[in-house]
Amino acid sequence: MRFEYNIEAGNFTKAGDASSSFKKILKQLNVDPQVIKRIVVSLYEGEVNIVAHANGGKVICDVDTSRVTIQLIDVGPGIPDIEKAMQAGYSTASAKVREMGFGAGMGLQNIKNNADELIIKSEVGVGTKLTIIVNLNKI
Amino acid sequence: MNLKEVATILNAEVVCGHTKLEREVHAVFASDLMSDVLTIDSEKLLLLTGLVNIQTIRTSEMSDIKNIVLVRNKKASPEMISLAEENRIVIMQCSYSMYKACGLLFQNGINPVY
Repeated sequence: MRFEYNIEAGNFTKAGDASSSFKKILKQLNVDPQVIKRIVVSLYEGEVNIVAHANGGKVICDVDTSRVTIQLIDVGPGIPDIEKAMQAGYSTASAKVREMGFGAGMGLQNIKNNADELIIKSEVGVGTKLTIIVNLNKI
Repeated sequence: MNLKEVATILNAEVVCGHTKLEREVHAVFASDLMSDVLTIDSEKLLLLTGLVNIQTIRTSEMSDIKNIVLVRNKKASPEMISLAEENRIVIMQCSYSMYKACGLLFQNGINPVY
């Protein structure tokens, strides 16, 4: 099953709408609550990143019997140094993002900690693609 | 301790979730940083925060947090209340500082998350 959501740049009122919708679907599919939490925390951090840093993007969530694969694809500035971006505390977030309770350089780490697999591909001036995989049989 | 007792200790006003005040609270986490909140994995948690915007509620929804106290006399917006009600989240508001609210709850026996 595939579910797709468009993410609007800069609209913090809607940030989290995709994560909320997908969480409801996972509940309906009777996915273990602990696994749901790991999936939606990862997705939500990724969604906030698109709202905060990109010029918009989309989320594609694929669910099969063994895993959930989430692709967060944005059009935006890209990440010049992924290794640096993964460092706890490193952030390029604006004051607006920090006002919303984010931008402390924890997002990518939070995603990594909750995912079974995280793949980041980015091209400066083009955009970023995050692929998050969470296994459904792991509690 | 239940939410009714929390409200009494903090002299807090219940903004939404009035029918859920028998809900038990086993631990408290206090933060204005939502990325910090998203790292917490604890059941029957009470979140103390001074961050007042829609992402406070979204973060709670994602983290399965059902109980929020807004400190420092912050007020929940109608959008926050609506989203909280949709997710069966209780919001309370108190005029105490974060430090005082934490101190009082700790003094009354609610554990920290870590």
